[in-house]
Amino acid sequence: MTSLPRNPGPVKLGLVIDLDICVGCHACAVNCKEWNASGHSGPLTDSDPYGADPSGVWFNRIHSFEVVKDDGDSRTVHFPKSCLHCEDAPCVTVCPTGASYKRAEDGIVLVNADTCIGCKLCSWACPYGAREYDADVGVMKKCTLCIDKIYNENLEPRSRVPACVSTCPAGARHFGDLGDSQSEVSQLVAARGGYELMPEQGCRPVNRYLPPRPKQMPERDAALPAAGGEAAAVDPAGLLARWVDRMLSH
Amino acid sequence: MVSSPLDTPREDVNTCPEVADEIKTTTCYMCACRCGINVYLKNGKIRYLEGNPDHPVNKGVLCAKGSAGIMQHYSPARLSKPLLRVGERGSGEFKEIEWEEALALAVDWLGATRRRDPRGLAFFTGRDQSQSLTGWWAAQFGTPNFAAHGGFCSVNMAAAGLYSIGGSFWEFGEADWDHTRYFMLFGVAEDHDSNPLKAGLGRMKTRGQAKFVSVNPVKTGYSAIADEWIGLRPGTDGLFVLALVHELLKAEKIDWDYLGRYTNAAWLVIDDQGGPEDGLFARDAEGRALCWDAARQAAVPASDVTAKAAVVGRYRLADGREAVPSFELLARRYLDPSYAPEAVAARVGISAATIRRIAAELAEAAFEKEVVLDVPWTDWAGRRHEKMIGRPVSMHAMRGISAHSNGFHTCRAIHLLQMLLGSIDSPGGFGYKAPFPKAIPPGPKPAGQSVAPDRPLGGMPLGYPLGPEDLLVDAEGRPTRLDKAYSWEHPLAAHGLMHMVIHNAWAGDPYPIDVLMLYMSNMGWNSAMNVQGTLRYLTDKDPESGDYKIPHVIYSDAYYSEMVPYADLVLPDTTYLERWDCISLLDRPISSAHGPGDAIRQPVCAPDRDVRPFQDVLIDLGARLRLPGFAHESGAPVYPGGYPNYIVNHERVPGIGPLAGWRNPDGSGQGTGASNPDQLQRYIDNGCFWTYRLAPDQLYFKHSNKGYLAYAKSMGWLASEEPITLQLYSEILQKFRLAARGHGAVQPPDSERRRIETYFDPLPIWYPPFEEAALETSEFDLHAITQRPMHMYHSWGSQNAWLRQITARNRLFVHPETAARHGIADDDWVWVISHHGRVKGQVRLMQGVNPQTVWTWNAIGKRRGAWGLDDDAPESNSGFLLNHIISELLPQREGGHRYSNSDPVTGQAAWYDLRVRLERCLAEDCGETDPLMPAVKAPPRRGYDDGERLRYGADLKCAKPAVAGAGVPAQEWIGNRHEISLSVAGVADGRGNVKKPPAGHKPRGGEKA
Repeated sequence: MTSLPRNPGPVKLGLVIDLDICVGCHACAVNCKEWNASGHSGPLTDSDPYGADPSGVWFNRIHSFEVVKDDGDSRTVHFPKSCLHCEDAPCVTVCPTGASYKRAEDGIVLVNADTCIGCKLCSWACPYGAREYDADVGVMKKCTLCIDKIYNENLEPRSRVPACVSTCPAGARHFGDLGDSQSEVSQLVAARGGYELMPEQGCRPVNRYLPPRPKQMPERDAALPAAGGEAAAVDPAGLLARWVDRMLSH
Repeated sequence: MVSSPLDTPREDVNTCPEVADEIKTTTCYMCACRCGINVYLKNGKIRYLEGNPDHPVNKGVLCAKGSAGIMQHYSPARLSKPLLRVGERGSGEFKEIEWEEALALAVDWLGATRRRDPRGLAFFTGRDQSQSLTGWWAAQFGTPNFAAHGGFCSVNMAAAGLYSIGGSFWEFGEADWDHTRYFMLFGVAEDHDSNPLKAGLGRMKTRGQAKFVSVNPVKTGYSAIADEWIGLRPGTDGLFVLALVHELLKAEKIDWDYLGRYTNAAWLVIDDQGGPEDGLFARDAEGRALCWDAARQAAVPASDVTAKAAVVGRYRLADGREAVPSFELLARRYLDPSYAPEAVAARVGISAATIRRIAAELAEAAFEKEVVLDVPWTDWAGRRHEKMIGRPVSMHAMRGISAHSNGFHTCRAIHLLQMLLGSIDSPGGFGYKAPFPKAIPPGPKPAGQSVAPDRPLGGMPLGYPLGPEDLLVDAEGRPTRLDKAYSWEHPLAAHGLMHMVIHNAWAGDPYPIDVLMLYMSNMGWNSAMNVQGTLRYLTDKDPESGDYKIPHVIYSDAYYSEMVPYADLVLPDTTYLERWDCISLLDRPISSAHGPGDAIRQPVCAPDRDVRPFQDVLIDLGARLRLPGFAHESGAPVYPGGYPNYIVNHERVPGIGPLAGWRNPDGSGQGTGASNPDQLQRYIDNGCFWTYRLAPDQLYFKHSNKGYLAYAKSMGWLASEEPITLQLYSEILQKFRLAARGHGAVQPPDSERRRIETYFDPLPIWYPPFEEAALETSEFDLHAITQRPMHMYHSWGSQNAWLRQITARNRLFVHPETAARHGIADDDWVWVISHHGRVKGQVRLMQGVNPQTVWTWNAIGKRRGAWGLDDDAPESNSGFLLNHIISELLPQREGGHRYSNSDPVTGQAAWYDLRVRLERCLAEDCGETDPLMPAVKAPPRRGYDDGERLRYGADLKCAKPAVAGAGVPAQEWIGNRHEISLSVAGVADGRGNVKKPPAGHKPRGGEKA
């Protein structure tokens, strides 16, 4: 069994995902896959890529589903999900070899491929289903928060951000230090009522989701009053008569 | 540090790996969006694709398709060598040949055709981004039988927009996301302008000032984040919109100033029933349209800025005829009770109360929340305005409107609604992207009225008729183009009718052809209506001669699509990362409402196969055929370097070439100027694009803005600085109607008169989609429509190992109530039956769909053997295509004639008119789609796949040891940072992880502002 950092630093890097504007386009998932294919935990092996059952390793997946209310009204939900880099990460404490670990300096949860024995205990322990087993090499893989990108001095500063974040066409993804209550992401979370996923699991995830904002809908149907009174509403001629003295200028 | 027994050795994480030997910029081609990308190259392979943050289209973002470009580039379905058919057509029996032999053969076929009758070549292209070259090539060859695929894609939007407002939705305009207060999205629109739309929606919603209404029978994609979903019945959008117009007129919630200044509302329409000019505008001797000046009590030119023009009334013209302002005709029509919400509600499937409320909301947004920008500007007449005042209602529409046989008029109805609200190119409304707005309609007219052996066409094959005299018909009124574009059947078919080409070539109607040449269009499968019929047309032989009815088929594609086995000669194209291209202002540029732009593709990898870019091949063929413009008198090629040479040196008219940026040898020219041998390098140095930002006083009212009009003229987009008057009432449509009534030199055959009379109404009309109108709706009780998933729209098939993991099969989505009525449960297999045929698929119940509608993801179903997929791939076993049950012809009418399944004005393919019924499959029929066509014989797969595992990128990992302590603190990234900064105090303004410098900061030399 593996310890969480005994002296975790104040920094907790994580993602903030805005469910108000996510359209479920999968950009984050695919850009994540292409960056990480050659990244810290790459490759993200695909089995049967052109066959009957294509399936591969993805650090980020989009779940699209309908929520149907009692009155029959429905909401179509697009829910991106990846590792939430929990403070009390059960995937770490359950690991028999220390391969699964949480970094003290930024809170990122990683898997050391050299010591992972592929026992899958961590995937059983993770309540979010955020672990991805690569059967090709017998190693568990997962979101690295693009650890080889966010600090990478070989990249332009603008690119030093998780791939899923900078690529999001809708601007629905944010990244920063959720351990600092004054950080921009923390203030955004506070302003928008950001929430943690399944708090009852007690994992204290770092990532946050911003809930959909209330729909802009009036409480009751209104209608425009007819310009010439209700009589004109049934007789177009009445309205036309109103416009006889109206002049337009070019 | 003392470690606990539970602590384990720390992993040395390399946080600063070297990820690229080189980063090159180019333009994405995974769909039609044309985003800028940075290509990270390592060991000659593609390590990573990211959006170019400086690029005006995507500003750093990249969608799922673009990010999956790696898998497209290394697709196992890539073609690798020219192929010559050796077996029967469709058998997939080919032999590999050298390019020299392939080109000689093509020249042999094409040369003979050109010498005999150039019309014998039908040249049609798919998602071609080089249409200004391919169209010009066809013109130089001398055939009118050219088009890209717009006839089955976009022409309703293009034509309705260009004949109404001089611009169009599609990708040629955009909402003013920063100022809009109400955004209406009609139908599926995930197809074009995809990243700008997603970014715009994200910004607009983050700002939180606008209501977003989605009008769409299906609640997916963008509709999922709308404030309100109007799940109307397919094909009734026009009726819904005209009911809104009814309400706004009734309440007088219209922008009178806008109508007077910018539209033809006051133009006088001649009322002379039976006369040759009935319904045309009253004009003076110089041809200027007239209005009625109430002050002078006389008809004066509508352009007279001193006129006080009447909007209603009946006036006597100098010649004694009577005329009424077009607005009166409009008002009379839409105030009619037949357009009242309660009259249309049942048909539309939306309550009258909801329609009334939406009208009230539109009015409130437009008139109670007007946008006032403190930007002085000058109008076309030289009048200075201190402010720009906008009606912040914006709209967008594309495929959902386009793909109906009433799409032209529906799109015109939407534009009419925008005009009444005063929201075309006004702050907060819909904005034109350069080079639009253009003259209404833009020139030129379609060429092809005379065709001769060994002669060029004398103009471009596609254009915009101004009246019946511009049609391409013979003396008897019969079509002269193979696809019958610009004929009486489809007079404004500005993009051709690709969906009719193979049928007509096979039928010899109006004439047989010699060579069918297609480029990147999968007419053997998901781009065809009536797939099996199409394959029969391609393989059918003349029983007497034993020859194929379509004698020669030349096809160019990069991949082994379903069309490849039906070609005689296959010219393998490169991938988008191996080629030059230009994204031209002559074609489909990268402009935004803030200014024009164009772009190039540069090859970032060398092909590892014997393939050539199709544009190079076309230019080579042009020279070998000695086409004017492609070969000098001596026979020497004009563009010996192929496409890049053409891009730099070709001039369509003196000073105007494919690229607008860095013209003149010193790079000083923008828009016009001499060619510059260094031009491509200048583009590369700038990230492969050129852009120009309009000044604030040029940004709005472009159709009437002196500063903008002068700029547009200087760029060669407009012939003059005259204002562009928006056309509520279309005189051009009326001209066709008059011909149908027996006026003018060019008249329709009697059989077409009624159709022209009906559908060339100068004001928008609504009519039931043709298939619905022709069939017993009790027998075919449901609408069936499609869309592609956002991660696959326009992305060339399911060969993509990553994208197909997201969607490898499609279901038929059915509303639970509808399913219950048919005794169908989730996961059941059903027959989807149309008047044309039946196809089998598996059901998924879904609440968010109009109950009278079923739908599915399009083009997921593939034919066995194609696209490098295994025979047991879900795409070809449980994936299904509705194309099988969509006929390219409408049911027979009186007289036996079968019209094309298209819009009667434009020829737009009416994919979404499909009517079906469902039948539950017997137990023994479940589990597999039907028709399940035999596998096509495919060449061996190429690339990285060892059959079972794909380990892409394993060899591109940084092998160097970790650098201890390296790395800089991560910066915070806020999506939509600017919009969030407006409401969250602790978030700084800026973009992403770049914060805007504090006020007073001066950029250093070389720093980007």
